[in-house]
Amino acid sequence: MKILVPVKRVIDYNVKVRVKADGTGVDLANVKMSMNPFDEIAVEEAMRLKEGGKASEVVAVSCGLTACQETLRTAMAIGADRSILVETDVELQPLAVAKLLAAVAKKEGPQLIILGKQAIDDDSNQTGQMLAALLGWSQATFASKVVIGEGKATVTREIDGGLETLEISLPAIVTTDLRLNEPRYATLPNIMKAKKKPLEVVKPADLGVDVAPRLATVSVAEPPKRSAGIKVADVAALVDKLKNEAKVIA
Amino acid sequence: MSLLVIAEHDNASLKAATLNAISAAAKIGGDIHVLVAGSGCGAVAEQAAKVAGVAKVRVADAAHYGDQTAENLSALIVANASGYSHILAPATSIGKNTLPRVAALLDVAQISEIISVIDADTFVRPIYAGNAMATVKSADAVKVITVRTTGFDAVAATGGNAAVEPLSAGADLGQAKLVSRELTKSARPELGAAKIIVSGGRGMGSGENYHKLLEPLADKLGAAMGASRAAVDAGFVPNDYQVGQTGKIVAPQLYVAIGISGAIQHLAGMKDSKVIVAINKDPDAPIFQVADYGLVADLFTVVPELVAAL
Repeated sequence: MKILVPVKRVIDYNVKVRVKADGTGVDLANVKMSMNPFDEIAVEEAMRLKEGGKASEVVAVSCGLTACQETLRTAMAIGADRSILVETDVELQPLAVAKLLAAVAKKEGPQLIILGKQAIDDDSNQTGQMLAALLGWSQATFASKVVIGEGKATVTREIDGGLETLEISLPAIVTTDLRLNEPRYATLPNIMKAKKKPLEVVKPADLGVDVAPRLATVSVAEPPKRSAGIKVADVAALVDKLKNEAKVIA
Repeated sequence: MSLLVIAEHDNASLKAATLNAISAAAKIGGDIHVLVAGSGCGAVAEQAAKVAGVAKVRVADAAHYGDQTAENLSALIVANASGYSHILAPATSIGKNTLPRVAALLDVAQISEIISVIDADTFVRPIYAGNAMATVKSADAVKVITVRTTGFDAVAATGGNAAVEPLSAGADLGQAKLVSRELTKSARPELGAAKIIVSGGRGMGSGENYHKLLEPLADKLGAAMGASRAAVDAGFVPNDYQVGQTGKIVAPQLYVAIGISGAIQHLAGMKDSKVIVAINKDPDAPIFQVADYGLVADLFTVVPELVAAL
């Protein structure tokens, strides 16, 4: 079984985000970029399935700028066998990414596609579900446990009230939640090895996909600032403030 | 213009999040229809018909909608989407799971987790864990939208008198089968709808401490209980307690953060709370930068004191 793992290059999760003064977006100049943390979990899960004998090949895919090659090298350093970059300068929105990934999936024929439940930049939480719809496949989003069986997968999902376990038919899409696994660190020898692994570059036009954005960003603004309040000396002062100033408790 | 709101329910009762989504639909304007898809969900449809501002309730009642699997639910929504300018659902785990499928099948963008409506095409949504607010305009014929419930005050659950119309069910696609659900049983208010939330972090030290110290406080305040990612990852409490960028987004009247340092991912989930209290022994913890009232102290001493003082 082949597993496809889409990965996204995003602002590193430790970086403090700054809105550009002209309100056109977020300042990404000279900012550290990394693999979306949920996608790292996806790569790790694919590797565990391969190491457990459930998968024969893990192929990483990324869509976007030339610089996404770094993200793919990271995926290959974790263990992906090869990778594909769908290269474009166009701002890619989830529907366009899902269409590109669907086209790649039709060529590659994976039984399983594992990707992050959301990217920490646009926080859309859409691509996996859209990809499943376009391919007509089943889906298990927000996964915290994945067990592969014969022609099916049993997936535990994090939902609002707790957990639910679904049995889905393969091929399928799984999107990862935080507690699915703890990704390994890429070792230096593996980082060196990853430089020699195959990385194929294709263009959206090669895949016959129109990637034009559907949503126009009118403006990007700072959120309303919440200013720090006061420090209280003790519990009595706190209770007094909550009762008589904030009036949130009786 | 007509809008379709997807009802959130458990086949027995309509969930409060639906009222926030209807509120967002009302801001856009037009005839609001509510789709109730479930199994044996007649009572839900009756409740939806009473919600203020709802013009029509459409009910698809069939065994294969009972578990709300995304494959069957999205196919049903798409089959009944014609005539609607907007399709909305609350950004719950069911809404987030299902609506992107609907958008892709309709070949339109989804606009995720809106917090404000500018006009029928233009919406505000948080990005980068709420560190930036994007105003986006859709050029698509149909707008598929998930609604962040904290952005919109709930409409009244009563006062309406909508017609209830049955819908014919689609085929069971048979792609996903529910094996089991382990739902946290609690007599406390739901985290998403609670007026007061008591939340614990890594500073609690253990699951035992979390429960021993925070439950009496939550009992006194009639509060729901939440946690930071660190506390969930450490196994103190189950995943559905998590407040943050990728957990629950909450905005109660009072949020009490205890032993929570305040990573930006956590702040993203609670900084719209009306009043924030932070108790932490580290005076430099970032949580104090958003707290209205901060108490620098050992939580093991002051939490019992607080319980006694209330």
